[in-house]
Amino acid sequence: MCWKKLILRPLKIYQYPMKERFDPERNYAETRKAIGYLPRNQATQADYDRIGFMSGLEVHQQLKTKEKLFCRCPAGLFQKADEYDAELIRHMRPTLSELGEYDGTALMEFKTRKEIIYRIKNETACTYDVDDTPPFALNREALNISLEIALMSRLKIVGEVHITRKQYLDGSIPTGFQRTAIIGVEGEIWLRKKRVRLIQLSVEEDSCREVSDIGHVRIYRTDRLGMPLIETVTYPDFVNPDEVREGADYIRFINRSSGKVRTGIGSTRADVNVSCRGGTRVEIKGVSHTSWMPELVHNESFRQWALLHIKELLKERVQDPKGWRINFREISLSGYKFLSPLIPHDVPDFKVYIVNIPKFQGILSHFTQPGKMFADELTDRLKVIACIEKPNMLHSEMFEDLAGETTWDKIRKGFKSDEKDAQLIIWGPSADIPTALEVIEERCKIAFEKVPNETRKSFENGTTIFERVLPGADRMYPDTDSAPIPIEEATIQKVAGNLPPLISGRMKQLIEWEVPQDTFTYILKHNLVPLMERITNDLGISPRYVSTLLGHSLKHIQGQVHRGNDFSFDLIYDLLKFVVSWELDLGIARKMLLQLYEYPKMDFESILVTLDFKVIPKEEIEGEIPFLVSKYKQIYTSSNEGAGKRWVMGNLHTSALGNVSLKELSEKVIF
Amino acid sequence: MNEDIFQGYKGRALELLKKFNARVWAQVKVDSTRGEFEGTILPRAENTDDRHIVIKFFTGYNIGLDIDTITNMIEVGYKKAIYKIPEKEFPYSADKPNVKLLGTGGTIASRLDYRTGAVIPAFSPGELYGAVPELADICNLTTEKLFAVFSENMGPEQYKKLAIAIGQEIEKGTQGIVIGHGTDTMHYTSSALTFMVQNSPIPIVLVGSQRSSDRPSSDAALNLMHAATAAAHGDIAEVMICMFGPTSDEYGFLHRGTRVRKMHSSYRSTFRTIGDMPLATVTRKGVFPIQKEYNKRRNDKNVKVMPFFEERITMIYYYTNMNPDIIDMLVEHGYKGIIIIGTGLGHVNKPLYPAIERAVKKGVAIYMTVQTLWGYVHMFVYDTGRDLMAKGVIPAENMLPETAYIKLGWALGQTTDLEKVKEIMLTPINSEITAREPYNGYLIYQGGVPEVEAFIRSFRK
Ligand SMILES: [Zn+2]
Repeated sequence: MCWKKLILRPLKIYQYPMKERFDPERNYAETRKAIGYLPRNQATQADYDRIGFMSGLEVHQQLKTKEKLFCRCPAGLFQKADEYDAELIRHMRPTLSELGEYDGTALMEFKTRKEIIYRIKNETACTYDVDDTPPFALNREALNISLEIALMSRLKIVGEVHITRKQYLDGSIPTGFQRTAIIGVEGEIWLRKKRVRLIQLSVEEDSCREVSDIGHVRIYRTDRLGMPLIETVTYPDFVNPDEVREGADYIRFINRSSGKVRTGIGSTRADVNVSCRGGTRVEIKGVSHTSWMPELVHNESFRQWALLHIKELLKERVQDPKGWRINFREISLSGYKFLSPLIPHDVPDFKVYIVNIPKFQGILSHFTQPGKMFADELTDRLKVIACIEKPNMLHSEMFEDLAGETTWDKIRKGFKSDEKDAQLIIWGPSADIPTALEVIEERCKIAFEKVPNETRKSFENGTTIFERVLPGADRMYPDTDSAPIPIEEATIQKVAGNLPPLISGRMKQLIEWEVPQDTFTYILKHNLVPLMERITNDLGISPRYVSTLLGHSLKHIQGQVHRGNDFSFDLIYDLLKFVVSWELDLGIARKMLLQLYEYPKMDFESILVTLDFKVIPKEEIEGEIPFLVSKYKQIYTSSNEGAGKRWVMGNLHTSALGNVSLKELSEKVIF
Repeated sequence: MNEDIFQGYKGRALELLKKFNARVWAQVKVDSTRGEFEGTILPRAENTDDRHIVIKFFTGYNIGLDIDTITNMIEVGYKKAIYKIPEKEFPYSADKPNVKLLGTGGTIASRLDYRTGAVIPAFSPGELYGAVPELADICNLTTEKLFAVFSENMGPEQYKKLAIAIGQEIEKGTQGIVIGHGTDTMHYTSSALTFMVQNSPIPIVLVGSQRSSDRPSSDAALNLMHAATAAAHGDIAEVMICMFGPTSDEYGFLHRGTRVRKMHSSYRSTFRTIGDMPLATVTRKGVFPIQKEYNKRRNDKNVKVMPFFEERITMIYYYTNMNPDIIDMLVEHGYKGIIIIGTGLGHVNKPLYPAIERAVKKGVAIYMTVQTLWGYVHMFVYDTGRDLMAKGVIPAENMLPETAYIKLGWALGQTTDLEKVKEIMLTPINSEITAREPYNGYLIYQGGVPEVEAFIRSFRK
């Protein structure tokens, strides 16, 4: 069955009556409709099946080791952006592909010369980190943790670990490649409704954190560089956005259940691969919140669907894509006064060009993502590849037309444009203009053929922008600096013997404990089952109570007050132990937890003081009841017994909390 | 069965491959006690065990399989990889100087076989142009591979051949020489060429790389561009080493061949001029001299090639409690010259004196250099020094040990008259002995000092 005929029938562009202006907003709305875009909350499985949604995950998880992966620097120490002892400069040079060709865009990027600056702090980086010393032996602690998680993910463990180099040209690793090694291949995880296959799990070194990327200078800090992390890669088995999130959560739970991984900002990041039918695997990089994933993959699959629609439109309009060219010409600013506020005036040798893009009317304002159109694909690439900061162009199909129709008419006249052409005004330092023009022509030409292979950066609103061109297939090669490491059967047996219960087992445990469903995610995400077990076994408190203390109360508290630096989940064990040994009623634990979360160093007795707690014997409190009941009857004449009970309890609340169960007490209030 | 189809496998691993009839480059399905694996069998690297088979997984990663876990293997396909460096014709332009690149076996430009990790040197102009196209903006390049030895295997035979080849190039009118060389012994070769090729009218530039060019952060391409610039356009007609100045990709140094040393086992900026300033900095824009005095480029061909070398010479690094029999053994074995690398100002312990005396009497030339690398031999300061001199040890001033070693071999290669040897040794040819040490010839700053840290923070060195 030919899906193109069935689904992707090119939209008939609205035929505008003579002299009526092309309306980009209308075009945007119509193209969005033509590709069948829906907001995610309206999309069903049938919609995702229609566009052939496909997604896979690469989940990165930092390991909690003392040292980095290939050197003896401490892992987990961080520096501020402007805190450094030295800087050094590198330029990344693309190496030739196997066929002896440079990847086109990589070469273009190289020609514009990005200066990569590394900010080094002596405490966190050594000469290995900046590629001036060969690697030391792979960190055993990291290897063992990886092995443990690989076994939990039911992967087949390799006989010998081979360190491989994976090229990165963006400078995020000073060597130009990441050292990475497979621990296991071909595993599986079970989601609620289906099995998802895992391709592999590797242990690898983390990259630098970017400080800034402006013009030709990209700055990184080297603290995170070289920290061990694992990457779990799934097959593209996810068929809708919610499954992607479920899968990511599940893998995260597995990692955390080892208790040997880092938590906190940036310690878990996933690259999400998405495509639609006929599209291309596009990688959305570094998504650190699983809750962002559904919207991101939803939009990306439709962006690709839109690009395929553009391809069909262009196919009808342009018979000879090979001979297709843009035209351009330099202009002087004098006739284009409106550009003045958009252009930096402190850059010498600044040039402005006008560009005619044949047959691209209606393409520039073609819908791609919510709030984004095809023209954004051009401006994003101008920024990344030609290093021209935004705003870097105006185009003839902007909703807010800064140039004005007379300007565009003048430009069209100059080019003798066809009415189906589109136009740009671009600007930048003169040295970057040739690249800029190449970038525009190249991206437009790709539109005739396919969805480009690229990595994209994500935003909280669910949209993405172009980040880099994906390096070719030849980016992997053996690391000649490291010897292979055999993994003996005995090692596997030893690690396998000490595995924490599987996530599926943990879930079963929670169900057996009759823990409320809505606390599962919180508990698994923070790997709290072992803590719950300890509390239940040692203190005799019901797991159901502990689960709500954690998954409801603590979760709520976390949204309300600032977390004290030394807070750890283990403190909750101590708190409950204190409550039990002081024979306090558990009801006070929630109030104490609020204080503890904010001031973890405060001792429990002091917390009680801040809560105005006094030990009052149960009998004394109960003894108040008859007095209060009669007082209520004196004051109020309402016959509503409930209201009376509430009034009495309200009066007893402060003195009762921690001394007696409020529920028990309430039962004794009888009118 | 042809052994070649099991590239690199030996012992039990080889047996297993034979048993299942699985060749290198075969795509295989492997059953093992750890599960089923699929991939392409790769050649096995040298110096690895015979207990594992390496396959390339479809994601591009390599993994090893333990042969004890393998229960079955089935070949499902076969695809041999032939890896070649692409060649592109090096463009010629009449307005650019002609530079000759002489190859010694060091891989300044190399490519990596992505599957096996084997390094393939890029050498022909076409291959180099493919790897570093910017070279064509600098010069017209031709190449000649003189020999293919690792840096550590360079020796007198190679020094002489190089000297003769350089002489011939100058005769032909070549405007600059670049020599590709492994970095480990580059400073030995640069010393040897300084003595063997005198009065050169053109620059002779040795260059290498500390990071192989198969990595995006390699220093190879930039070093090569710097060397080509110095050879094609520089005004300094001396034997020089051209390597990174700072570790940053900023500029290169041109070091005088006799005053330079590799000072770090892995840094990019490993070569340092000792006891003086470097000759110049070099960028792709040109050569910027630091030293005011140097031999300038000329248009004549009056080069003097002196390819001599006596191989029975040695260097001994003095250590506390060194026994005299070390020196006696050398003499017994017919060594004609010894460079002693002494402590401090040029000292060794007393028990060695009789052995030194015996050696000198037998006609062995003995010269003293210093372990401190910086500074002169001063044997007048203490009695011990004066005693040594009386016994016939000749102080070699501030000659670097390696330079002194090379020069002694070269001098003894010309004459056995020890007086003449002494005259040659102590008459500097190109700064191997300098009359004075400038104050800024010794700059080794120590980290942690606030002003040093401030400097490092602001200058990206
Ligand atoms: Zn380090």
